[in-house]
Amino acid sequence: MSAPAPAMFSPAAREMIQQLGLTRGRANQEEFAVFLESLARENPNIIVVTSDSRGSGKLGPFAKSLPRQLIEVGIAEQNLVGITAGLAACGKKSFGVSPACFLTARSLEQIKNDICYSNVPAVVVGISAGVSYGALGTTHHSLHDFAALRAIHNITLVAPADNFETRGAVLAAAKAGTPTYLRFGKAAMLDLHAPNACFEPGRAISVRSGSDLAFIASGETVVHCLLAAGFLETKGLHCRVLSMHTVRPLDEAALHQAARECRAIICVEEHSIHGGLGEACAASLLQSGLHPAFRIVGIPDEDTVTGSQADIFRHYGLSMEGLSDLALKMLG
Amino acid sequence: MASQNDMSPPARSDSQLALKSIHLRKRTLEAIFEAGAGHTGGGLSCIDILNVLYNRVLKVSPENFDSPGRDHYVQSKGHSVEALYAVLADRGFFPVADLKSLCHYQSHYVGHPTRKIHGIEMNTGALGHGLPICVGMALAARMDGFGARVFTLLGDGELAEGSNWEAAMAASHHKLDNLVAIIDHNTLQISGHTRDVCSNEPLDEKWRAFGWEVRVVDGHDIGALSTALTQRPTRPVPVCVIANTIKGKGVSFMENVAQWHHGVPSPEEYQRAQNELSAAETRVREVMA
Ligand SMILES: [Mg+2]
Repeated sequence: MSAPAPAMFSPAAREMIQQLGLTRGRANQEEFAVFLESLARENPNIIVVTSDSRGSGKLGPFAKSLPRQLIEVGIAEQNLVGITAGLAACGKKSFGVSPACFLTARSLEQIKNDICYSNVPAVVVGISAGVSYGALGTTHHSLHDFAALRAIHNITLVAPADNFETRGAVLAAAKAGTPTYLRFGKAAMLDLHAPNACFEPGRAISVRSGSDLAFIASGETVVHCLLAAGFLETKGLHCRVLSMHTVRPLDEAALHQAARECRAIICVEEHSIHGGLGEACAASLLQSGLHPAFRIVGIPDEDTVTGSQADIFRHYGLSMEGLSDLALKMLG
Repeated sequence: MASQNDMSPPARSDSQLALKSIHLRKRTLEAIFEAGAGHTGGGLSCIDILNVLYNRVLKVSPENFDSPGRDHYVQSKGHSVEALYAVLADRGFFPVADLKSLCHYQSHYVGHPTRKIHGIEMNTGALGHGLPICVGMALAARMDGFGARVFTLLGDGELAEGSNWEAAMAASHHKLDNLVAIIDHNTLQISGHTRDVCSNEPLDEKWRAFGWEVRVVDGHDIGALSTALTQRPTRPVPVCVIANTIKGKGVSFMENVAQWHHGVPSPEEYQRAQNELSAAETRVREVMA
């Protein structure tokens, strides 16, 4: 489908991964599929709805082992969300799974009305999110999903950074009595968290402590922040990394604490710089009278450069090198 | 869980229901007139359908609305909410007096259906949403095995929304013989005749081509509606009831006039409309006697 992906990490970044002892896990969307299958085996009320998306969603094994708990609707995302809502209204714990680019644009009105306004406990699962599809182009990118969904009342928005956060997010969504949007990518993730870490929606997880600068990031960009923090340590700078997996409700306490304790904040996200995590943080800080040195690193407001997810990340500075350079500039 | 019999509507004759329809038209007009807003023409065209559903077909009652074995009704043409409110109030879901607050500041009675109102299943009003939701409900009902049926009412202008046809395709693929889509086929929409806005005829052939069992009925004939909505399909497929209706039905100067889509009557027009409906009520009573 796409050209062979060049490495996401530079040789220096790979060295830092080794130094930090990070190990490779699965793609979050694969971890989602495996973990949901284990939950669904225990709970026949869990129903997955797919729009010819079981392959991309790694749900083939789920479909084979639990065929009665997976409903295929064909390539019809509006219908997928409506059906997901109808199932949830009738007491099912429904997960509507489709590429985030289609799910949160074409069927936005169904998310808004059938799920959020009707307040049914459905889960909308955007797979291959952000620029996961890389060179397939803008039709296949979802850089608008948080902006669109943040303006809609009554939905929790989560972009896990690794497999641990993915399991936590899926479990929380399965138990939630209100709507949830989960955003997963298709690249294998590095495990970021200590074994005693705790996942709770709306509570940022501290990945690294420090008070020179805070990286506040979501989803697949968190690892790059951690590598940058590792690099900056070699320059004598102690940087905090917060995984702000829940974009709404935002963990304002952790954000404000970072603003009080650090000299600068960099928000990082695989999303348009408009309307995502960065602007959510900026609004919260300003309205609370906090104004640290502040930058948002995401995909800028332009025709997105062609390339793999790795190319696009590197091009826009979503890399150890790009983030360290910016941090050094900000800290003077 | 209560038995399904407890949820069945009270038995009434066709003429008793015909009389109730006139009464419900008066209530619908009253709510719209007092609110100074509403969807008049389409409300009057679907009253007989809603009356038959709630008073003869649906296994739904105010007492058992939370029972998982109940039937489900989702009003996809959400703009005709005043007619639905009138029917639900009459069926005892909430006091008729509540409708005085329709569209008022801080009222729960919004100008489109919301689940804040007892008896309403889903928040609708954007067109093309009801049928996909009902496909999900029909799938859930089949999994649960209580034998519940799922009904939705669509406007004919609404059929231009493509999501309806996504759902129509999925419903027959999944052999949802517990699903009924009713088309309020009044041939008008907000800006005129549906055939001039964007023709959707021949409707029956379209639904048949999508794999549905189609029943074309007079949408103001209580007996014909009852049969069409009660009978299960002859094959494992969903049922489409095309109810041929008259927009503005029951009020001579509103019938078949597109402008009454969301026209609100003046005090004089309101009085004339109520007088016409009262006269019709008297005629039905005389026939019954
Ligand atoms: Mg019409």
